[in-house]
Amino acid sequence: MAQPVCLKRTPLHTAYVSLGARMVDFGGWEMPVQYSGIVDEHLTVRRAVGLFDVSHMGEIEVRGPEALRLVDCVTTNAVSKLHVGQAQYSGLLYEHGGFVDDILVHKVADDHFFLCVNASNQEKDFEHICRANQFNAQVEFASDRYSQLAVQGPLALRTLAKLTAVDLASIGYYWFTDGAVSGVPARIARTGYTGEDGFEIYVAPAEALRIWHELLEAGREFGIKPCGLGARNTLRLEAKMALYGHEIHASITPYEADLGWIVKLDKGEFIGRSALARQKEQGVGRKLVGFEMRGRGIGRDGYEVRLDGSPAGWVTSGSPSPSLNRNIGLCYLPASEARPGRRLEVMVRNQPVEAETVATPFYKRAKTA
Amino acid sequence: MTYPENFRYTKEHEWVRVEGDLGVIGITNHAQQELGDIVYVDLPKPGTLVEQGKSLGSVESVKAVSDIYSPVSGEVVEVNESLGQSPEKLNQDPHGTAWLVKIRLSVPDQLKSLLSAADYQAYVGAES
Repeated sequence: MAQPVCLKRTPLHTAYVSLGARMVDFGGWEMPVQYSGIVDEHLTVRRAVGLFDVSHMGEIEVRGPEALRLVDCVTTNAVSKLHVGQAQYSGLLYEHGGFVDDILVHKVADDHFFLCVNASNQEKDFEHICRANQFNAQVEFASDRYSQLAVQGPLALRTLAKLTAVDLASIGYYWFTDGAVSGVPARIARTGYTGEDGFEIYVAPAEALRIWHELLEAGREFGIKPCGLGARNTLRLEAKMALYGHEIHASITPYEADLGWIVKLDKGEFIGRSALARQKEQGVGRKLVGFEMRGRGIGRDGYEVRLDGSPAGWVTSGSPSPSLNRNIGLCYLPASEARPGRRLEVMVRNQPVEAETVATPFYKRAKTA
Repeated sequence: MTYPENFRYTKEHEWVRVEGDLGVIGITNHAQQELGDIVYVDLPKPGTLVEQGKSLGSVESVKAVSDIYSPVSGEVVEVNESLGQSPEKLNQDPHGTAWLVKIRLSVPDQLKSLLSAADYQAYVGAES
Protein backbone atom coordinates (compact mmCIF):
# COMPACT_ATOMS: atom_id res chain seq x y z
CA MET A 1 0.00 0.00 0.00
CA ALA A 2 1.23 3.43 -0.86
CA GLN A 3 1.92 5.90 1.91
CA PRO A 4 -0.74 8.58 2.18
CA VAL A 5 0.70 11.69 0.59
CA CYS A 6 -0.74 15.10 -0.04
CA LEU A 7 -1.59 15.07 -3.73
CA LYS A 8 -2.20 18.24 -5.70
CA ARG A 9 -5.60 18.63 -7.30
CA THR A 10 -6.69 20.56 -10.37
CA PRO A 11 -9.71 22.92 -10.32
CA LEU A 12 -11.68 20.13 -11.99
CA HIS A 13 -11.32 17.64 -9.15
CA THR A 14 -14.97 17.94 -8.06
CA ALA A 15 -16.11 17.45 -11.66
CA TYR A 16 -14.40 14.17 -12.21
CA VAL A 17 -15.26 12.76 -8.86
CA SER A 18 -18.93 13.43 -9.64
CA LEU A 19 -18.44 11.72 -13.03
CA GLY A 20 -17.27 8.56 -11.24
CA ALA A 21 -13.64 8.73 -12.35
CA ARG A 22 -11.08 6.30 -10.96
CA MET A 23 -8.21 8.33 -9.60
CA VAL A 24 -4.46 7.80 -9.68
CA ASP A 25 -1.34 9.51 -8.33
CA PHE A 26 0.38 10.95 -11.40
CA GLY A 27 3.61 12.75 -10.58
CA GLY A 28 2.20 14.08 -7.32
CA TRP A 29 -1.20 14.97 -8.80
CA GLU A 30 -4.44 13.21 -8.08
CA MET A 31 -5.70 12.71 -11.62
CA PRO A 32 -8.47 10.69 -13.29
CA VAL A 33 -7.11 7.54 -14.94
CA GLN A 34 -10.45 6.51 -16.43
CA TYR A 35 -14.16 7.29 -16.45
CA SER A 36 -16.19 4.90 -18.65
CA GLY A 37 -13.14 2.70 -19.35
CA ILE A 38 -9.86 3.13 -21.20
CA VAL A 39 -10.93 1.30 -24.37
CA ASP A 40 -14.25 3.12 -24.60
CA GLU A 41 -12.64 6.54 -24.06
CA HIS A 42 -9.85 5.73 -26.50
CA LEU A 43 -12.24 4.74 -29.29
CA THR A 44 -14.43 7.77 -28.59
CA VAL A 45 -11.45 10.06 -29.28
CA ARG A 46 -10.59 8.16 -32.48
CA ARG A 47 -14.19 8.24 -33.77
CA ALA A 48 -15.77 11.36 -32.25
CA VAL A 49 -14.45 13.63 -29.50
CA GLY A 50 -13.06 13.34 -25.99
CA LEU A 51 -12.32 15.88 -23.27
CA PHE A 52 -9.23 15.69 -21.05
CA ASP A 53 -8.28 17.76 -18.04
CA VAL A 54 -4.53 18.28 -18.33
CA SER A 55 -4.26 21.14 -15.87
CA HIS A 56 -1.40 19.38 -14.12
CA MET A 57 0.84 20.35 -17.06
CA GLY A 58 3.20 23.22 -16.29
CA GLU A 59 3.59 26.59 -17.98
CA ILE A 60 6.64 28.83 -18.11
CA GLU A 61 6.65 32.28 -19.74
CA VAL A 62 9.79 33.89 -21.14
CA ARG A 63 9.63 37.57 -22.01
CA GLY A 64 11.83 40.48 -22.99
CA PRO A 65 14.05 41.54 -25.88
CA GLU A 66 16.34 38.58 -25.21
CA ALA A 67 13.59 36.00 -24.76
CA LEU A 68 14.32 34.41 -28.15
CA ARG A 69 18.01 34.02 -27.36
CA LEU A 70 17.27 32.31 -24.05
CA VAL A 71 14.66 29.90 -25.44
CA ASP A 72 16.93 29.09 -28.40
CA CYS A 73 19.82 28.42 -26.02
CA VAL A 74 17.87 25.93 -23.86
CA THR A 75 15.98 24.05 -26.59
CA THR A 76 17.02 21.81 -29.48
CA ASN A 77 14.62 23.01 -32.17
CA ALA A 78 15.04 26.25 -34.18
CA VAL A 79 13.06 28.86 -32.26
CA SER A 80 14.03 31.55 -34.78
CA LYS A 81 11.99 29.71 -37.43
CA LEU A 82 8.76 30.17 -35.45
CA HIS A 83 6.25 32.78 -36.54
CA VAL A 84 4.06 34.58 -34.02
CA GLY A 85 1.16 32.21 -33.34
CA GLN A 86 3.13 29.07 -34.07
CA ALA A 87 4.04 26.22 -31.72
CA GLN A 88 6.94 23.79 -31.85
CA TYR A 89 7.78 20.47 -30.16
CA SER A 90 11.27 20.61 -28.68
CA GLY A 91 13.75 19.17 -26.24
CA LEU A 92 15.23 20.73 -23.12
CA LEU A 93 18.60 19.02 -22.66
CA TYR A 94 21.50 18.68 -20.26
CA GLU A 95 25.02 19.39 -21.53
CA HIS A 96 25.55 15.64 -21.93
CA GLY A 97 22.61 15.47 -24.36
CA GLY A 98 20.05 13.72 -22.11
CA PHE A 99 16.54 15.10 -21.68
CA VAL A 100 15.58 17.50 -18.91
CA ASP A 101 12.11 17.45 -20.49
CA ASP A 102 10.22 17.52 -23.77
CA ILE A 103 8.19 20.68 -24.21
CA LEU A 104 6.02 22.78 -26.50
CA VAL A 105 7.33 26.26 -27.37
CA HIS A 106 4.65 28.79 -28.39
CA LYS A 107 5.71 32.12 -29.90
CA VAL A 108 3.20 34.64 -28.52
CA ALA A 109 5.13 37.73 -29.71
CA ASP A 110 8.65 38.51 -30.86
CA ASP A 111 9.57 39.10 -27.22
CA HIS A 112 7.27 36.54 -25.55
CA PHE A 113 7.41 32.74 -25.53
CA PHE A 114 5.00 30.41 -23.73
CA LEU A 115 6.34 26.97 -22.80
CA CYS A 116 4.12 24.03 -21.94
CA VAL A 117 6.08 21.47 -19.89
CA ASN A 118 5.46 18.15 -18.12
CA ALA A 119 3.82 18.31 -14.70
CA SER A 120 6.44 16.36 -12.81
CA ASN A 121 9.31 18.28 -14.42
CA GLN A 122 8.07 21.84 -14.11
CA GLU A 123 10.15 22.99 -11.13
CA LYS A 124 13.25 21.31 -12.54
CA ASP A 125 12.65 22.91 -15.97
CA PHE A 126 12.18 26.35 -14.45
CA GLU A 127 15.44 26.10 -12.51
CA HIS A 128 17.25 24.78 -15.58
CA ILE A 129 16.06 27.70 -17.71
CA CYS A 130 16.84 30.26 -14.99
CA ARG A 131 20.38 28.89 -14.65
CA ALA A 132 20.91 29.30 -18.38
CA ASN A 133 19.53 32.84 -18.33
CA GLN A 134 22.66 34.87 -18.96
CA PHE A 135 20.59 37.03 -21.32
CA ASN A 136 18.53 39.09 -18.90
CA ALA A 137 15.25 37.61 -20.16
CA GLN A 138 12.34 37.47 -17.72
CA VAL A 139 11.42 33.88 -16.82
CA GLU A 140 8.15 33.32 -14.98
CA PHE A 141 6.84 30.11 -13.42
CA ALA A 142 3.24 30.52 -14.59
CA SER A 143 1.62 27.14 -13.86
CA ASP A 144 -0.68 28.61 -11.22
CA ARG A 145 -2.17 31.00 -13.78
CA TYR A 146 -3.33 28.33 -16.24
CA SER A 147 -5.60 25.35 -16.41
CA GLN A 148 -5.43 23.27 -19.57
CA LEU A 149 -8.23 21.34 -21.27
CA ALA A 150 -7.66 19.14 -24.31
CA VAL A 151 -10.52 18.60 -26.75
CA GLN A 152 -9.42 15.80 -29.06
CA GLY A 153 -10.92 13.85 -31.94
CA PRO A 154 -12.38 14.36 -35.42
CA LEU A 155 -15.34 16.27 -33.93
CA ALA A 156 -13.24 18.45 -31.61
CA LEU A 157 -13.47 21.44 -33.92
CA ARG A 158 -17.25 21.33 -34.18
CA THR A 159 -17.50 20.97 -30.39
CA LEU A 160 -15.22 23.87 -29.53
CA ALA A 161 -16.69 26.06 -32.31
CA LYS A 162 -19.92 26.28 -30.33
CA LEU A 163 -18.10 28.10 -27.52
CA THR A 164 -15.90 30.52 -29.45
CA ALA A 165 -16.06 33.10 -32.23
CA VAL A 166 -12.51 32.24 -33.28
CA ASP A 167 -12.32 30.72 -36.77
CA LEU A 168 -10.89 27.39 -35.60
CA ALA A 169 -10.56 25.97 -39.12
CA SER A 170 -8.07 28.71 -39.95
CA ILE A 171 -5.73 27.61 -37.13
CA GLY A 172 -3.19 25.25 -38.69
CA TYR A 173 -1.76 22.17 -36.98
CA TYR A 174 0.75 23.39 -34.38
CA TRP A 175 -0.51 26.97 -34.57
CA PHE A 176 -2.47 28.80 -31.87
CA THR A 177 -4.41 31.98 -31.31
CA ASP A 178 -5.48 34.02 -28.31
CA GLY A 179 -9.24 34.51 -28.23
CA ALA A 180 -12.21 33.79 -26.01
CA VAL A 181 -13.86 30.53 -25.04
CA SER A 182 -17.17 30.77 -23.16
CA GLY A 183 -16.61 34.51 -22.95
CA VAL A 184 -13.28 34.44 -21.16
CA PRO A 185 -9.72 34.83 -22.47
CA ALA A 186 -8.20 31.60 -23.72
CA ARG A 187 -5.14 30.46 -25.62
CA ILE A 188 -6.40 28.01 -28.23
CA ALA A 189 -3.72 25.75 -29.74
CA ARG A 190 -4.28 23.14 -32.43
CA THR A 191 -2.04 20.66 -30.68
CA GLY A 192 -2.55 17.40 -28.84
CA TYR A 193 -1.17 14.16 -27.51
CA THR A 194 -3.54 11.68 -29.12
CA GLY A 195 -2.68 11.48 -32.82
CA GLU A 196 -6.07 13.03 -33.67
CA ASP A 197 -7.08 16.52 -34.69
CA GLY A 198 -7.92 18.64 -31.69
CA PHE A 199 -7.23 21.64 -29.52
CA GLU A 200 -5.49 22.38 -26.25
CA ILE A 201 -7.03 25.32 -24.43
CA TYR A 202 -5.27 27.33 -21.73
CA VAL A 203 -7.58 29.29 -19.42
CA ALA A 204 -7.57 30.89 -15.97
CA PRO A 205 -8.06 28.17 -13.30
CA ALA A 206 -11.13 29.98 -11.91
CA GLU A 207 -12.89 29.46 -15.27
CA ALA A 208 -11.84 25.87 -15.91
CA LEU A 209 -14.70 24.06 -14.20
CA ARG A 210 -17.38 26.09 -16.01
CA ILE A 211 -15.68 25.63 -19.40
CA TRP A 212 -15.29 21.89 -18.73
CA HIS A 213 -19.04 21.58 -18.23
CA GLU A 214 -19.82 23.77 -21.24
CA LEU A 215 -17.55 21.69 -23.46
CA LEU A 216 -19.26 18.48 -22.32
CA GLU A 217 -22.61 20.09 -23.07
CA ALA A 218 -21.44 21.42 -26.46
CA GLY A 219 -20.12 18.00 -27.45
CA ARG A 220 -23.11 16.04 -26.21
CA GLU A 221 -24.67 15.80 -29.70
CA PHE A 222 -21.37 14.38 -30.97
CA GLY A 223 -21.10 11.78 -28.21
CA ILE A 224 -18.31 13.53 -26.28
CA LYS A 225 -16.92 11.69 -23.26
CA PRO A 226 -14.61 12.78 -20.46
CA CYS A 227 -11.32 10.91 -20.81
CA GLY A 228 -8.59 10.06 -18.32
CA LEU A 229 -4.86 9.58 -18.36
CA GLY A 230 -5.27 5.90 -19.23
CA ALA A 231 -6.73 6.66 -22.66
CA ARG A 232 -4.32 9.55 -23.09
CA ASN A 233 -1.50 7.03 -22.70
CA THR A 234 -2.87 4.44 -25.16
CA LEU A 235 -3.67 7.19 -27.69
CA ARG A 236 -0.22 8.74 -27.55
CA LEU A 237 1.44 5.32 -27.71
CA GLU A 238 -0.41 4.41 -30.92
CA ALA A 239 0.75 7.74 -32.36
CA LYS A 240 4.29 7.01 -31.07
CA MET A 241 4.52 10.21 -29.06
CA ALA A 242 7.17 10.08 -26.32
CA LEU A 243 6.32 10.11 -22.62
CA TYR A 244 8.90 11.54 -20.24
CA GLY A 245 10.16 8.91 -17.80
CA HIS A 246 9.50 6.17 -20.36
CA GLU A 247 10.86 6.79 -23.89
CA ILE A 248 12.94 9.78 -22.77
CA HIS A 249 14.77 10.77 -19.60
CA ALA A 250 18.10 12.18 -18.43
CA SER A 251 20.11 9.28 -19.92
CA ILE A 252 18.44 9.30 -23.34
CA THR A 253 19.28 11.69 -26.20
CA PRO A 254 16.90 12.84 -28.97
CA TYR A 255 18.78 10.77 -31.55
CA GLU A 256 18.36 7.61 -29.50
CA ALA A 257 14.66 8.39 -29.02
CA ASP A 258 14.17 8.70 -32.81
CA LEU A 259 13.56 12.42 -32.30
CA GLY A 260 16.39 13.70 -34.50
CA TRP A 261 13.88 15.93 -36.27
CA ILE A 262 13.66 18.23 -33.22
CA VAL A 263 17.45 18.76 -33.21
CA LYS A 264 18.75 21.61 -35.39
CA LEU A 265 22.53 21.40 -35.03
CA ASP A 266 23.00 24.21 -37.57
CA LYS A 267 21.01 26.77 -35.58
CA GLY A 268 24.00 27.77 -33.44
CA GLU A 269 25.00 27.04 -29.86
CA PHE A 270 22.53 25.45 -27.43
CA ILE A 271 22.81 23.36 -24.29
CA GLY A 272 23.61 19.79 -25.30
CA ARG A 273 24.69 20.66 -28.84
CA SER A 274 28.30 19.46 -28.63
CA ALA A 275 27.25 16.10 -27.16
CA LEU A 276 24.64 15.66 -29.89
CA ALA A 277 27.06 16.69 -32.65
CA ARG A 278 29.51 14.06 -31.40
CA GLN A 279 26.80 11.41 -31.22
CA LYS A 280 25.57 12.24 -34.69
CA GLU A 281 29.09 11.81 -36.07
CA GLN A 282 29.76 8.56 -34.21
CA GLY A 283 26.26 7.15 -34.55
CA VAL A 284 23.94 6.05 -31.76
CA GLY A 285 24.43 2.77 -29.92
CA ARG A 286 20.76 2.16 -29.19
CA LYS A 287 17.55 3.29 -30.75
CA LEU A 288 13.84 3.39 -29.96
CA VAL A 289 11.76 1.08 -32.12
CA GLY A 290 8.15 -0.10 -32.19
CA PHE A 291 7.14 -3.73 -31.72
CA GLU A 292 4.06 -5.92 -31.82
CA MET A 293 3.60 -8.99 -29.67
CA ARG A 294 3.25 -12.18 -31.70
CA GLY A 295 2.80 -14.49 -28.69
CA ARG A 296 0.29 -14.14 -25.90
CA GLY A 297 1.19 -11.33 -23.53
CA ILE A 298 1.84 -7.63 -23.23
CA GLY A 299 5.35 -6.20 -23.10
CA ARG A 300 5.21 -3.47 -20.47
CA ASP A 301 7.45 -0.67 -19.27
CA GLY A 302 10.73 -2.03 -17.92
CA TYR A 303 10.42 -5.57 -19.30
CA GLU A 304 13.63 -7.02 -20.73
CA VAL A 305 13.93 -7.50 -24.49
CA ARG A 306 16.04 -10.35 -25.91
CA LEU A 307 17.48 -10.90 -29.36
CA ASP A 308 18.34 -14.51 -30.23
CA GLY A 309 18.09 -15.40 -26.54
CA SER A 310 20.40 -12.69 -25.18
CA PRO A 311 19.41 -9.53 -23.28
CA ALA A 312 19.45 -6.64 -25.77
CA GLY A 313 17.20 -3.85 -24.51
CA TRP A 314 14.10 -2.89 -22.58
CA VAL A 315 10.48 -1.94 -23.13
CA THR A 316 9.63 1.74 -22.50
CA SER A 317 5.84 1.53 -23.00
CA GLY A 318 3.50 -1.29 -23.91
CA SER A 319 -0.24 -1.82 -24.03
CA PRO A 320 -3.08 -3.40 -25.90
CA SER A 321 -3.86 -1.08 -28.82
CA PRO A 322 -7.61 -0.42 -28.77
CA SER A 323 -7.57 0.86 -32.37
CA LEU A 324 -5.61 -2.04 -33.83
CA ASN A 325 -6.61 -4.87 -31.51
CA ARG A 326 -2.98 -5.89 -31.16
CA ASN A 327 -0.50 -5.64 -28.30
CA ILE A 328 2.01 -2.93 -29.17
CA GLY A 329 4.97 -1.28 -27.52
CA LEU A 330 8.17 0.68 -27.84
CA CYS A 331 11.60 -0.56 -26.82
CA TYR A 332 15.28 0.27 -26.99
CA LEU A 333 17.42 -2.06 -29.09
CA PRO A 334 20.99 -1.90 -30.42
CA ALA A 335 20.77 0.58 -33.32
CA SER A 336 21.95 -2.02 -35.83
CA GLU A 337 18.91 -4.19 -34.97
CA ALA A 338 16.31 -1.42 -34.74
CA ARG A 339 14.63 -2.02 -38.08
CA PRO A 340 11.15 -3.36 -38.84
CA GLY A 341 10.78 -7.13 -39.16
CA ARG A 342 13.31 -8.18 -36.50
CA ARG A 343 12.08 -11.06 -34.34
CA LEU A 344 12.61 -10.53 -30.63
CA GLU A 345 11.46 -11.86 -27.30
CA VAL A 346 9.96 -9.85 -24.47
CA MET A 347 10.37 -11.33 -21.01
CA VAL A 348 6.82 -11.27 -19.64
CA ARG A 349 6.98 -12.30 -15.98
CA ASN A 350 10.07 -14.47 -16.59
CA GLN A 351 8.66 -16.10 -19.72
CA PRO A 352 9.99 -15.20 -23.19
CA VAL A 353 7.14 -14.15 -25.48
CA GLU A 354 7.60 -13.72 -29.24
CA ALA A 355 7.39 -10.22 -30.71
CA GLU A 356 8.52 -8.43 -33.85
CA THR A 357 9.68 -4.90 -34.58
CA VAL A 358 7.33 -2.88 -36.79
CA ALA A 359 7.22 0.49 -38.54
CA THR A 360 5.75 3.37 -36.54
CA PRO A 361 3.54 5.21 -35.83
CA PHE A 362 1.22 2.30 -35.12
CA TYR A 363 -1.76 4.50 -35.92
CA LYS A 364 -2.01 7.42 -38.31
CA ARG A 365 -5.22 9.32 -38.81
CA ALA A 366 -6.64 9.67 -42.29
CA LYS A 367 -6.07 13.19 -43.61
CA THR A 368 -9.32 15.03 -44.10
CA ALA A 369 -9.81 17.25 -47.11
CA MET B 1 -23.39 -3.35 -6.28
CA THR B 2 -24.02 -5.46 -3.23
CA TYR B 3 -21.58 -8.14 -2.14
CA PRO B 4 -23.09 -11.62 -1.74
CA GLU B 5 -23.65 -12.58 1.90
CA ASN B 6 -22.55 -16.20 1.35
CA PHE B 7 -19.05 -15.22 0.11
CA ARG B 8 -15.97 -14.50 2.22
CA TYR B 9 -13.55 -11.79 1.10
CA THR B 10 -9.88 -10.72 1.30
CA LYS B 11 -8.41 -7.26 1.59
CA GLU B 12 -6.70 -8.02 -1.74
CA HIS B 13 -10.17 -8.16 -3.32
CA GLU B 14 -10.67 -11.87 -3.90
CA TRP B 15 -13.76 -13.81 -2.82
CA VAL B 16 -14.41 -17.45 -1.97
CA ARG B 17 -17.71 -19.32 -1.95
CA VAL B 18 -17.90 -22.76 -0.30
CA GLU B 19 -19.41 -25.56 -2.38
CA GLY B 20 -19.15 -28.81 -0.36
CA ASP B 21 -15.45 -29.37 0.27
CA LEU B 22 -14.52 -26.97 -2.52
CA GLY B 23 -13.90 -23.24 -2.48
CA VAL B 24 -14.89 -21.33 -5.62
CA ILE B 25 -12.52 -18.35 -6.03
CA GLY B 26 -13.03 -15.07 -7.85
CA ILE B 27 -12.18 -11.37 -7.79
CA THR B 28 -14.58 -8.78 -6.46
CA ASN B 29 -16.58 -6.20 -8.33
CA HIS B 30 -14.43 -3.54 -6.68
CA ALA B 31 -11.31 -5.24 -8.11
CA GLN B 32 -12.64 -5.35 -11.68
CA GLN B 33 -13.66 -1.69 -11.45
CA GLU B 34 -10.19 -0.69 -10.28
CA LEU B 35 -8.52 -2.79 -12.99
CA GLY B 36 -10.67 -1.56 -15.86
CA ASP B 37 -10.85 -3.46 -19.18
CA ILE B 38 -9.41 -6.92 -18.50
CA VAL B 39 -7.54 -8.48 -21.44
CA TYR B 40 -5.79 -11.57 -20.03
CA VAL B 41 -6.30 -13.96 -17.16
CA ASP B 42 -3.52 -16.37 -16.18
CA LEU B 43 -4.61 -19.28 -13.99
CA PRO B 44 -2.87 -22.39 -12.61
CA LYS B 45 -3.46 -25.87 -14.04
CA PRO B 46 -5.69 -28.36 -12.22
CA GLY B 47 -3.61 -30.26 -9.69
CA THR B 48 -1.58 -27.21 -8.64
CA LEU B 49 -1.24 -26.77 -4.89
CA VAL B 50 -1.83 -23.22 -3.75
CA GLU B 51 -1.29 -21.55 -0.40
CA GLN B 52 -3.40 -18.94 1.30
CA GLY B 53 -2.05 -15.45 0.61
CA LYS B 54 0.27 -16.64 -2.20
CA SER B 55 -0.10 -15.80 -5.86
CA LEU B 56 -2.64 -17.93 -7.66
CA GLY B 57 -2.28 -16.27 -11.04
CA SER B 58 -2.74 -12.83 -12.54
CA VAL B 59 -5.22 -10.62 -14.30
CA GLU B 60 -4.06 -8.10 -16.85
CA SER B 61 -6.02 -5.01 -17.82
CA VAL B 62 -5.21 -2.42 -20.46
CA LYS B 63 -3.25 -0.46 -17.91
CA ALA B 64 -1.55 -3.03 -15.65
CA VAL B 65 -0.95 -6.60 -14.45
CA SER B 66 -2.13 -7.59 -10.97
CA ASP B 67 -1.53 -10.75 -8.96
CA ILE B 68 -4.43 -12.77 -7.68
CA TYR B 69 -3.80 -14.02 -4.14
CA SER B 70 -5.45 -17.23 -3.04
CA PRO B 71 -7.86 -16.68 -0.16
CA VAL B 72 -7.43 -20.32 0.93
CA SER B 73 -4.95 -23.20 0.69
CA GLY B 74 -5.62 -26.37 -1.27
CA GLU B 75 -5.47 -28.15 -4.60
CA VAL B 76 -6.85 -26.59 -7.77
CA VAL B 77 -9.44 -29.04 -9.12
CA GLU B 78 -11.10 -26.97 -11.83
CA VAL B 79 -10.24 -23.86 -13.83
CA ASN B 80 -12.72 -21.57 -15.60
CA GLU B 81 -11.40 -22.13 -19.12
CA SER B 82 -13.96 -19.76 -20.66
CA LEU B 83 -11.98 -16.78 -19.34
CA GLY B 84 -9.16 -17.58 -21.76
CA GLN B 85 -11.38 -16.68 -24.71
CA SER B 86 -13.54 -14.09 -22.93
CA PRO B 87 -11.55 -12.28 -20.22
CA GLU B 88 -14.04 -9.39 -20.44
CA LYS B 89 -16.51 -11.61 -18.53
CA LEU B 90 -14.52 -10.62 -15.44
CA ASN B 91 -15.70 -7.04 -15.95
CA GLN B 92 -19.28 -8.10 -16.56
CA ASP B 93 -19.98 -10.82 -13.99
CA PRO B 94 -17.15 -11.04 -11.44
CA HIS B 95 -19.28 -12.66 -8.72
CA GLY B 96 -20.95 -15.18 -11.03
CA THR B 97 -19.95 -16.80 -14.31
CA ALA B 98 -16.45 -15.27 -14.19
CA TRP B 99 -15.25 -17.34 -11.21
CA LEU B 100 -11.57 -18.26 -11.59
CA VAL B 101 -10.80 -21.64 -10.02
CA LYS B 102 -12.22 -24.25 -7.67
CA ILE B 103 -9.93 -25.39 -4.88
CA ARG B 104 -10.26 -28.46 -2.63
CA LEU B 105 -9.90 -26.82 0.78
CA SER B 106 -7.02 -28.27 2.80
CA VAL B 107 -7.53 -25.98 5.81
CA PRO B 108 -11.25 -25.11 5.99
CA ASP B 109 -10.64 -23.11 9.18
CA GLN B 110 -8.90 -20.48 7.04
CA LEU B 111 -12.34 -19.26 5.98
CA LYS B 112 -12.82 -17.81 9.46
CA SER B 113 -9.94 -15.41 8.93
CA LEU B 114 -11.65 -13.83 5.89
CA LEU B 115 -13.95 -10.83 5.78
CA SER B 116 -17.74 -11.02 5.78
CA ALA B 117 -19.70 -9.18 3.07
CA ALA B 118 -20.49 -6.33 5.47
CA ASP B 119 -16.86 -6.02 6.58
CA TYR B 120 -15.62 -6.07 2.99
CA GLN B 121 -18.20 -3.49 1.93
CA ALA B 122 -17.06 -1.25 4.78
CA TYR B 123 -13.41 -1.86 3.82
CA VAL B 124 -13.78 -0.85 0.16
CA GLY B 125 -16.06 2.01 1.14
CA ALA B 126 -13.34 3.35 3.42
CA GLU B 127 -10.60 2.70 0.89
CA SER B 128 -12.03 4.80 -1.93
